[in-house]
Amino acid sequence: MNPPTGQPPDNPHSDPPGDQSAGQAPQRVRVTSPRASAGRPRRVKVVSEIDARTRIGEIYMSSLLRAQLRLASLVIVTVGVLVAGLPLYFWLFPGLTEIHVLGMPLPWVLLAFAVYPFLLGVGWWYVRAAERNESDFADVVERS
Amino acid sequence: MNSSYGITAVVLVSLATLAIGAYGWKFSRTTSDFFVASRSVRPALNASAIGGEYLSAASFLGVAGLVLAFGADMLWYPVGWTAGYLILLVLVAAPLRRSGAYTLPDFAEARLESRRVRSLSSVLVVAIGWLYLMPQFQGAGIALGTVAGTEPWVGGLLVGTVVLVNVFFGGMRSITLVQAFQYWLKLTALLIPVMFLLAVWNGDGATSPADAGIITGGVSGDVWASPLASSSPHPLYTTYSIIVATFLGTMGLPHVVVRFYTNPDGRAARRTTLVVLGLLGIFYMLPPVYGALGRLYAPDLIASGATDTIVLELPSRMIGGLVGDLLSALTTAGAFAAFLSTSSGLTIAVAGVISQDVMGRRFRGVRAFQAAAIVAVVVPLLLAVVSDGVGVARAVGLAFAVAASTFCPLLVLGIWWRRLTDVGAIAGLLVGGGLSGFAVVDTLLQNEHAGWTGVLLTQPAAWTVPLAFVAMIAGSLITQHRLPPNVSRTMVRLHTPEAVELDRGPQRL
Repeated sequence: MNPPTGQPPDNPHSDPPGDQSAGQAPQRVRVTSPRASAGRPRRVKVVSEIDARTRIGEIYMSSLLRAQLRLASLVIVTVGVLVAGLPLYFWLFPGLTEIHVLGMPLPWVLLAFAVYPFLLGVGWWYVRAAERNESDFADVVERS
Repeated sequence: MNSSYGITAVVLVSLATLAIGAYGWKFSRTTSDFFVASRSVRPALNASAIGGEYLSAASFLGVAGLVLAFGADMLWYPVGWTAGYLILLVLVAAPLRRSGAYTLPDFAEARLESRRVRSLSSVLVVAIGWLYLMPQFQGAGIALGTVAGTEPWVGGLLVGTVVLVNVFFGGMRSITLVQAFQYWLKLTALLIPVMFLLAVWNGDGATSPADAGIITGGVSGDVWASPLASSSPHPLYTTYSIIVATFLGTMGLPHVVVRFYTNPDGRAARRTTLVVLGLLGIFYMLPPVYGALGRLYAPDLIASGATDTIVLELPSRMIGGLVGDLLSALTTAGAFAAFLSTSSGLTIAVAGVISQDVMGRRFRGVRAFQAAAIVAVVVPLLLAVVSDGVGVARAVGLAFAVAASTFCPLLVLGIWWRRLTDVGAIAGLLVGGGLSGFAVVDTLLQNEHAGWTGVLLTQPAAWTVPLAFVAMIAGSLITQHRLPPNVSRTMVRLHTPEAVELDRGPQRL
């Protein structure tokens, strides 16, 4: 499977600038305004591969889906271990509940206060990562 | 407590709600305005509205009462109600908005291309909505009874009437403004009194409610403050069942989901949810403080079983005089804001489904929506009058359990698993809805069971949710020939950012 984000290795529609095959003499490079290429016929975009539901389109779609699902799973596992795991830890190690922080029992410090900034922080991190996945996807599929 | 201040507060909140709603009426013209505020609500306003809608009687009154009565384990309710938004954010928020549907049944039909799944989802939305509306009306009755000594049904009737007037004339557009206002009112109504209360507590020597020497209701402070120590014969199971129901149930609540359609796009839906996480976190730090202080200053409420009124009673008890009365009036105002906003949101959601799926053929548009709103309010109002005795937070907890056992698997598998079929979805909804529904009816009838049976039936989510997932997956795997024909296109619509120009199939409104 392709890497979740960035450019899949088998993308035939994009030539990274400056990439030259070995053994050839450096070719003459034409320096023009980007507008000069506007009239050139466009090659097949990935978006039309996806629209046509070709194999390649499916691969792009499922790599986006996997990236997002992996991200979501990471968040859920983190919250599962660090938040939802707490009752289990309290049950396994009853000594934990007797620790006092700032005069409050540890379970109260964690459950009544500390958990909320933690959840917000995880959410903030997730939104950034999910938007990055999407913009990577958009970059790849919109490149002609 | 001096009842005139409390009554004034209730009247002011009701009038403010109607006035802000009236401001929105001017802009509500089309069906789209009524249902989803024409999908043009900015994240900050929308997040306040979601927060205002979500913080119900259970959050405002119930949490403090539960903490007062049962201690540390009850902290899982507010934690779960917040964490539920995080789970919703990572699994559901953006794809749900991108699905382009109005309601949960719309989503079910769009994803699975099946009228049957749609009908079953509609029934479940109405059931969950009524189950959640009923305790709001009950809570309103209790609160108005506490401040003004009225009969239990008066408060519910008042809330029902105000909600109906607003929904009737303004729909989603006016409700959005009302709810945004009510979030900030609720936050203020807990935050300002709590500062006074903590100052008084500090002046009294700042005794910790968790001190072993504080014995209230026959339980010493250190036992009350430690988790897994009391309240249930199988505390570890009960705690995990609460966690499953609240973490996974949030995404399946009809009034929460309908809000996502008011975002302009999937990205905005995500950002809105993130702001909501912050708003909920700030709010939920406050109710447990009331519960804990109640151990010191209002221990008699535990014996009398009136713990749900602790937020209303505590300011006048601890401070007294005019200041105490005014602060109690403020918390009363907040409580009514809670009843009004949650009931409004639920009424919109339930009325939307009733008008589309039950009346759809003969009535159309705004008329059908208004007629449906009446049905949506009157039925749970009658239920609340007929059945009392089931605690506010408990009934809300049951609604979460049903939502987690039905719409959570439908949404999660529908969004992330392309092999879901209509048969699998129906199997999962029937198993999850049937089992959790049975547990709900059994609890509402207040049947007594000994040992594990009782524990499993009062907190069903920990076993009904996994069974619903299993049924949905197994049912889909044996009916792979029934895959919806357009599943690939639907997946493109759910997951790709709107900025990318792709064929997303026929676009709904």
